[in-house]
Amino acid sequence: MPSLLSKQHIVAPPNFNRWLIPPCALATHLCIGQAYAISVFNLPLTQQLGIKESLAADWKLTQLGWIFTIAIFFLGASAAVFGKWVNAQGPRMSGLVAALCWGAGFLIGALGIQLHNIWLVYLGYGVLGGCGLGIGYITPVSTLISWFPDRRGMATGMAIMGFGGGALVASPLSVLLMKQFASPTSTGVAQTWLVLGLVYLLVMSAGAFGYRVPAPGWTPQGWVPSPAKPGALMAKFDVTPGRAITTKQFWCLWVVLCFNVTAGIGVLGQASAMIQEVFKGTINAGAAAGFVGLLSLFNMGGRFFWASLSDKIGRKATYACFFVLGPALYALVPLSGQLGSVVLFVACFCVILTMYGGGFATIPAYLADVFGTKYVGAVHGRLLTAWSVAGILGPVLVNYLREFQIQSGIPKYQAYNVTMYIMAALLVIAFFANLAIKPVAEQLTEREPQAGGRPVTA
Amino acid sequence: MVNPSQPRVGAHSSTMPPRMPDSRPAPEASAPGGGQLMVLVLSWAAVGLPLAWGVMETLRKTLALFQ
Repeated sequence: MPSLLSKQHIVAPPNFNRWLIPPCALATHLCIGQAYAISVFNLPLTQQLGIKESLAADWKLTQLGWIFTIAIFFLGASAAVFGKWVNAQGPRMSGLVAALCWGAGFLIGALGIQLHNIWLVYLGYGVLGGCGLGIGYITPVSTLISWFPDRRGMATGMAIMGFGGGALVASPLSVLLMKQFASPTSTGVAQTWLVLGLVYLLVMSAGAFGYRVPAPGWTPQGWVPSPAKPGALMAKFDVTPGRAITTKQFWCLWVVLCFNVTAGIGVLGQASAMIQEVFKGTINAGAAAGFVGLLSLFNMGGRFFWASLSDKIGRKATYACFFVLGPALYALVPLSGQLGSVVLFVACFCVILTMYGGGFATIPAYLADVFGTKYVGAVHGRLLTAWSVAGILGPVLVNYLREFQIQSGIPKYQAYNVTMYIMAALLVIAFFANLAIKPVAEQLTEREPQAGGRPVTA
Repeated sequence: MVNPSQPRVGAHSSTMPPRMPDSRPAPEASAPGGGQLMVLVLSWAAVGLPLAWGVMETLRKTLALFQ
């Protein structure tokens, strides 16, 4: 008898409504999306001992920055390492494991904050939480694609939109909880992490138990897969994860994701400081916080918009839009600063952020098109190492270049210009990587005998 | 993976006992039973309401940019 957590136990009955699946995916992603709101704890954590001010023994921002970096690193690493396991076990098991890792990460992190032990926080939120991030991120992908073969982009876009939305929920919720728990002897952060950990564990577990997989051979009523045109990217057969990473197509997609994320992630992290420095005297801290909020909204909306649009115009065309529009917008940013146009500056970054989110949300459907649906979860997991790299490359490019420019005598309001041009250049490179993606040779798919595993040149 | 060149596989696995043709409309086209409709509404509300709250809170913050 299949165990309660196995894939075999959760085959959907014949009258199951597939629209019950996206809420489960959203439940997972809304929780793990909290990672983008971790910076709301930065200031209180630098005053954990002093409460109203930082003492010498309090943690510095540079130490706290590593919490997020470690988590994103382990997001990519765990998705790559456990992707095959996630694919094999099914969404209920992997969803529950993700819930346990993410929730326990908060609880151990809370203990670290209470004991003022930063290494415990790194271990808890960074390592364990990071694993929860990675496993949770890829858990719903192949399930959604199998339930919505007619709308792969829209389906995965909905789930990954949840990741963007998670920060919108977590940020005000964290502020509310910290206010509730703060006292003359406590910033309230440890208690907030305790509550968040328990809530996320509960919500993600509920989502995990809601997943069902379609019965073998199930397709949506009335849907007939359109015959693949010659040379079209729609895979007729599946490529195993081990074989996929030996293909040129995989590494082109890796560059596409890495550079798209790099271009956006550095901006996201510095958005508040950037707008205040470029428009000094015009934009204050409150308005800058509003700018960051606006970017989050466009990041979230872009995930659903571009991924759904990709169902109509194709994945390759969608990324082509990113890599034509993106460089133009990045190149416009220095001009907007010179013109003193806040509207142009804000508009450029809002569109850029839609494409940042859209890049994440459309990639699972792109992978399914290129490598088939059977192993898409595992292949997606391996591709997410691109996010880990971008998570380091993006902030380094933005921050270190800015410092170098300022030390070279460039005024602060112009210190981001070179970075913008470099981001534009990265997107041009990604354009060509996207252009180079062609169908995978049939001898590398499961239909045909394996051909020794050499890289494909097709 | 559905292969367009092969005959469409039915909605049930080959290990399941043979069934009479199902004359009920397919799941998506039919009006779901009351119970399933309730579950559908509640599940979407469970994720939609917190998300809507988060969006509203963020919109309030973004107003500062336009003031």
